[in-house]
Amino acid sequence: MTRRMITLDGNEAAARIAHQTNEVVAIYPITPASPMGEHADAWSAQGKPNLWGSVPQIVEMQSEGGAAGAIHGSLQSGALTTTFTASQGLLLMLPNMYKIAGELSPTVFHIAARSLAAQALSIFCDHSDVMAARATGFAMLASNSVQEVMDMALISQAATLQGRIPLLHFFDGFRTSHEIGKIEEVDSDTVRAMINDELIAAHRRRALNPEHPVIRGTSQNPDVYFQARESVNPYYLAMPGIVQQCMDRFAELTGRHYRLYEYYGAEDAESVLIIMGSGAETAQETVDHLNAHGEKVGLLKVRLYRPFDASAFISALPSSMAAVAVLDRTKEPGADGEPLYKDVLTALAQGVASGESPCSAMPKVIGGRYGLSSKEFTPGMVKAVFDELKTDKPKNGFTIGIHDDLGHTSLVWDEGFRTDASRKAVSALFYGLGSDGTVSANKNSIKIIGECTELYAQGYFVYDSKKSGAVTVSHLRFGPEPIRSTYLIGNDEAHFVACHQSVFLERYDMLDKAETEGVFLLNTTVPTDQAWDSLPRRMQQQIIDKRLKFYVIDAYRVAEESGMGRRINTVMQTCFFAISDILPQEQAIDAIKQAVEKTYGKKGRQLVEMNFRAIDASIANLHQVAIPTAANSRFERKPVVPETAPQFVRDVTAKIIAGRGDALPVSLLPSDGTYPTATSRWEKRNIALEIPEWDEELCIHCGKCPFVCPHGVIRSKVFDPVTAENAPESFKHVPVKGKEFPEGWHISYQVAPEDCTGCGLCVDICPAKDKKNPGRRALNMVPQPPVREQERGNWEFFLGLPEYDRRKLRPNVIKEAMLTQPLFEFSGACAGCGETPYLKLASQLFGDRMMVANATGCSSIYGGNLPTTPWAQNAEGRGPAWNNSLFEDNAEFGLGMRVAVDKQAELARELLQSLRTEIGDERVEALLNAEQGSEAGIYDQRERVTELREILTGIDRSEARQLETLADQLVRKSVWIVGGDGWAYDIGFGGLDHVLASGRNVNVLVLDTEVYSNTGGQTSKATPRGAVAKFSAGGKPTAKKDLAMIAMSYENVYVAQVAYGGKDIQTLRAFIEAESYDGPSIIIAYAPCIAWGNDLAYNHQMQDLAVRSGHWPLFRYDPRRIDLGENPLQLDSKAPSIGYRDFVSNETRFNMLWRSHPENAEQFLHDSQVEALAHYHHYEQLAALSYEKPETEDNKE
Amino acid sequence: MDLSTRYLGLELKNPVVPSASPLSRSLDTARALEDAGASALVMYSLFEEELNEQMMQSAFLHHQDVGYSEAESFLPVHTDPGNGLDRYLEQLHRLKEALSIPVIASLNGISLDGWVENGRLLAEAGADALELNAYYVAADPELSAGEMEQRYLSLLSELRGAVTLPITVKLSPFFSSLGNFVTNLESAGANGVSLFNRFYQPDIDIDSLRVAPTLHLSHPGDTLLAMRWLGLLKGRVGLSLAATGGIHTAEDAIKMLLAGADVTHLCSTLLLHGPKQLHHILTGIAAWLEESPYDSLEQVKGVLAQQHTGDPAAYERASYVKMLGSYEVNRAAWD
Repeated sequence: MTRRMITLDGNEAAARIAHQTNEVVAIYPITPASPMGEHADAWSAQGKPNLWGSVPQIVEMQSEGGAAGAIHGSLQSGALTTTFTASQGLLLMLPNMYKIAGELSPTVFHIAARSLAAQALSIFCDHSDVMAARATGFAMLASNSVQEVMDMALISQAATLQGRIPLLHFFDGFRTSHEIGKIEEVDSDTVRAMINDELIAAHRRRALNPEHPVIRGTSQNPDVYFQARESVNPYYLAMPGIVQQCMDRFAELTGRHYRLYEYYGAEDAESVLIIMGSGAETAQETVDHLNAHGEKVGLLKVRLYRPFDASAFISALPSSMAAVAVLDRTKEPGADGEPLYKDVLTALAQGVASGESPCSAMPKVIGGRYGLSSKEFTPGMVKAVFDELKTDKPKNGFTIGIHDDLGHTSLVWDEGFRTDASRKAVSALFYGLGSDGTVSANKNSIKIIGECTELYAQGYFVYDSKKSGAVTVSHLRFGPEPIRSTYLIGNDEAHFVACHQSVFLERYDMLDKAETEGVFLLNTTVPTDQAWDSLPRRMQQQIIDKRLKFYVIDAYRVAEESGMGRRINTVMQTCFFAISDILPQEQAIDAIKQAVEKTYGKKGRQLVEMNFRAIDASIANLHQVAIPTAANSRFERKPVVPETAPQFVRDVTAKIIAGRGDALPVSLLPSDGTYPTATSRWEKRNIALEIPEWDEELCIHCGKCPFVCPHGVIRSKVFDPVTAENAPESFKHVPVKGKEFPEGWHISYQVAPEDCTGCGLCVDICPAKDKKNPGRRALNMVPQPPVREQERGNWEFFLGLPEYDRRKLRPNVIKEAMLTQPLFEFSGACAGCGETPYLKLASQLFGDRMMVANATGCSSIYGGNLPTTPWAQNAEGRGPAWNNSLFEDNAEFGLGMRVAVDKQAELARELLQSLRTEIGDERVEALLNAEQGSEAGIYDQRERVTELREILTGIDRSEARQLETLADQLVRKSVWIVGGDGWAYDIGFGGLDHVLASGRNVNVLVLDTEVYSNTGGQTSKATPRGAVAKFSAGGKPTAKKDLAMIAMSYENVYVAQVAYGGKDIQTLRAFIEAESYDGPSIIIAYAPCIAWGNDLAYNHQMQDLAVRSGHWPLFRYDPRRIDLGENPLQLDSKAPSIGYRDFVSNETRFNMLWRSHPENAEQFLHDSQVEALAHYHHYEQLAALSYEKPETEDNKE
Repeated sequence: MDLSTRYLGLELKNPVVPSASPLSRSLDTARALEDAGASALVMYSLFEEELNEQMMQSAFLHHQDVGYSEAESFLPVHTDPGNGLDRYLEQLHRLKEALSIPVIASLNGISLDGWVENGRLLAEAGADALELNAYYVAADPELSAGEMEQRYLSLLSELRGAVTLPITVKLSPFFSSLGNFVTNLESAGANGVSLFNRFYQPDIDIDSLRVAPTLHLSHPGDTLLAMRWLGLLKGRVGLSLAATGGIHTAEDAIKMLLAGADVTHLCSTLLLHGPKQLHHILTGIAAWLEESPYDSLEQVKGVLAQQHTGDPAAYERASYVKMLGSYEVNRAAWD
């Protein structure tokens, strides 16, 4: 029987089985598991039924903890229930997992295994999450490949129903969850045949039901708890056998036979490697290679990790075995070995002792760690481990894949080692911009090759942690055999290398990857006859040495001329097929055209025809470049950072920027996760095609452009023109307008040309128009490359100018506030990001005394993802101190900072008192009673602290030594709790509520993008009614939660709702008031996001329409006003002046619903319109209430 | 009284036909229009831009690459944003089922891509005729009038080759030689023309110094331009003539019919007053015809066309000079 081959990734493979075999799915987004929930949600939204013809219910919860609770309830009520998660999400489920297992409730949790946050967060793969769940009582089954994910997902479902033990089905995050593979489909007949309805009936019979009630979840005492705990043993003893039975039944149906512990390799192997997960695939490929070249090695794949069946495990091993290496993809600091190693060791020892072991004596057993956070695991590394086993004293507790010059745990491996199998496959590498469609084109190519040929295909995509100008590298392999190479394409391996953006020529050594006589394709605007000269010298030499064929195309021109705009994906895909020799050209072109037709269909004729034109034009415009005999280029890639950068930046940061972080040895990395701030300034990304140019004649010095700039790249400074005497000739500065500045001083607006993302928002906001030509403003976009060098010099000079004295600025005037230095600059956030202007503003106003607790999310990624951080320092070395704890605990984390700071300040004051004699009364009083509500007050207090430190050096008392460590706390600290709506409205709401209720002086900034932005646009409780988001494909049916109203109900919380694109001065005032309020403050900030499906060039208009339609009324609630007899609530925006329709029709997230669900859309619109008016009216009434104090004896005159 | 008329080869019971407007989006309103006496219905336009935008949105949803490791996309990838063409075809199908009067589908676009295919799908879905609304602002100074006209003609020829349905072309008044162009349209296979399309004109906001779009409904006086051209064309071309733009009353409609229209299209007045207005206008026409010396509408059509008036100058330049000369200034209003 021929089975249908499909190409899909691991997440989809798991989700397909889960959706078919469950009734309830409780989900919460977390990378890299989110796509499983998204698939399930989308299928249910489309009405796709499960095995029993019913559409599964999908419920999105407020956290994974919530999801686990819902799963528990659903299981107890008899529904077949599942979930998908990873990492911290799994940790949040742990308490319920003990309950679910304790009650023997059958369920499968599908896990895309991911690192846990320790010294840093990592979204990438290892097994530290699933290993943390090994004591819960869940069974654990590992899948090693996309095919296995689909197979084991079904085997898991069948086994849990039969054995009643809940099961964690896990596979490697990204490596398997996101790898696209061509696999045999597990069809619905197979699913049907594997699932026994009798067992489902039994599950339902056990459910809570008032018709035949029972209770569970009792509380037990010392008399019986222990015995009851032991009562489950028979189930655990039976479970491995059940899983094997299910595997056997599956084999009968599909021909793919799995074993709980599967041995592979030489029957007489002397060395055996034991491993779980995707690394087993690479190990298998390597074992084949080594055995083919005369070695005797073997591999044991552990599939069922819990319950661990020692006897099945032992019996799977060859009797010839003399040395064993166990590889764990996790780290248990302080343990004398990682979990799998210890289980193996125990099983072997017990086996030898009992005589069950095939070996009479105990073999040599070593354990090691590999692959943490998706660290590469290659055949060279596998070989290194086998080689280590051959040594007399193999290293135990080794690491493989890193250079550990600190603990000397690491094994050395041959980076150039390649297996025969990898040579048989054709490898192709593509360097693209995240937004240029490279990845989707490659996914499409894999599908085409998968579907049109007998070839197996594999696609893996390396993404960027930057959100603007993100680079993606696509690794594609095609071959006649199933592809087991679960590692990236290495040096000299790629038959085809494509560079989709010529700017990458300056950044990446991409031809290191090319194999001899391979093909190099470059998308460039340079004419064919000049293309050779446009390459760096090293690249030219590589082309000559490796005898590469070199092709060029101007894909942007072809796309533009074919009506595709700037989407070059079809063009580049066509070129790949035309010159990669994977398919005959004609067949390939036909196949691409068919794929286009399939995507857009008959009704999308225009798009189809447009694509066809692009395909034909691509072939016509693809040119081969003649290769000279010698390299003639005069330029090489520039150094990553200049010599003037700090040492850490040169030694560590620069290597990470350059993509050589893998080579950094352990000793160079901080052991406690501490990194310097102010590093983004060293990462010059040059991603803007156009940057703003200042027209000093037109400028009115309003300060709006630095206010709105999301990346802190346009700045203003006022200075004595004497300091600019040696300025570069092109440096612009003019006398500043306004009497508030010293007579004759100048102002300059300067752009950081290499840090600008080209979003154009500064131009958009600029109110100064040329009277003769109203299209021209005081800022105008100009192409970046011609002005780059000049403006780089100007920027350097601008940075060197002294900052204006903060004490002399009025912070509540935009023009003056914008003269303060941003201490949040050049983040990797999206071009036009709606969040970052708020952070930058806070950093300008309070940065030198700011502590930031940052919830996980976009802001923690662009704020703290290596290599660099945008959080910066001023000339005195002061700046925001920042940390990210978790997603769910951020309010509490910030509160902890506040409490600590307050406690230490209190202690410092106590110490001052005790040292009063030595320090002097006057100084102590001044320090204790300092006014610190203004810049001048803080400045003076800092001066006093400096003086205090000097005095303390002369005091020989232990209190003085203590005070030295605490004196900084005498200067007021500004604690900021920052996060997105996913945190504030959902997962962190309980904590946020508690912190607001605490009365402590913290400032909460909610960057409200109205979806989970970082994980890809999932619905949160901040999502407005009618918006389309993931998990709300039919439009969110319920209204947005009014977080401000909830906060106001405490009455002692400062609350502001702001949108700087609606009214910037209101935003500025709110920040100043919130910070000055000696109690909890919350600012809910409207932040347009790329997740809305709009070009963020319209960021300001979107904010403005949101305000004017009443979707986002602006207001401030200041409890201090109550004491003055004034209403605390001030409405800062007018009653809705435009219809809600005018607001929503501009945004893709809303207007796409008119196409997909027009009736819903109209109903939602109607409801939202009514609500917006009522909402505003309600606020208006609240703001009109009288707060005059009734006359009492106390206040009577 | 016989109000019947023949338009695009269709036998209509009267000359009052609602033109392309949002009214046909609702089945209830369409039924009400039929009940009020509409003899046919032109559906709302299927806009090229709208389809393009949908296509782009669809393409965007298929290719939402952001290249960021935690988010390969931001909007639900499986959501089919729907297809305006599909919905248009469905609505056409529903209108055909609900109404007994002919339904004319309206295509609003100018590029060749896809329109022939779209026209074919509309024919398959049961449209009784196609109105091609060629709304194009020839802003490019490099584009000659001849090239411009050729675009329309090519589009029409392609469409003609693909469908057997009657096709009418809704024209703007901005052609340098309209009579010649209409003749060419007829040669290229048009069965009728509709005079005139109204271009929504941008306006200037003098406070923000921005150019902003506006939407003004027509006024009764707007009929005169179309009336002149109906008068000039009637009898000189063989295709059907429709009057559109500014017909608010029975009197407006009667003038158009006298000038040579086969049908009169209503839009703004229906948007303002609802389907009942159609009934008023129809009653008004019938009443006028009753009083008139004519026995049937057929006799009325074009009696005051240029070729029949005996005063060829009335529709041409001479009358212009006469009119200007006769303008009496009301100086009292200046104070």
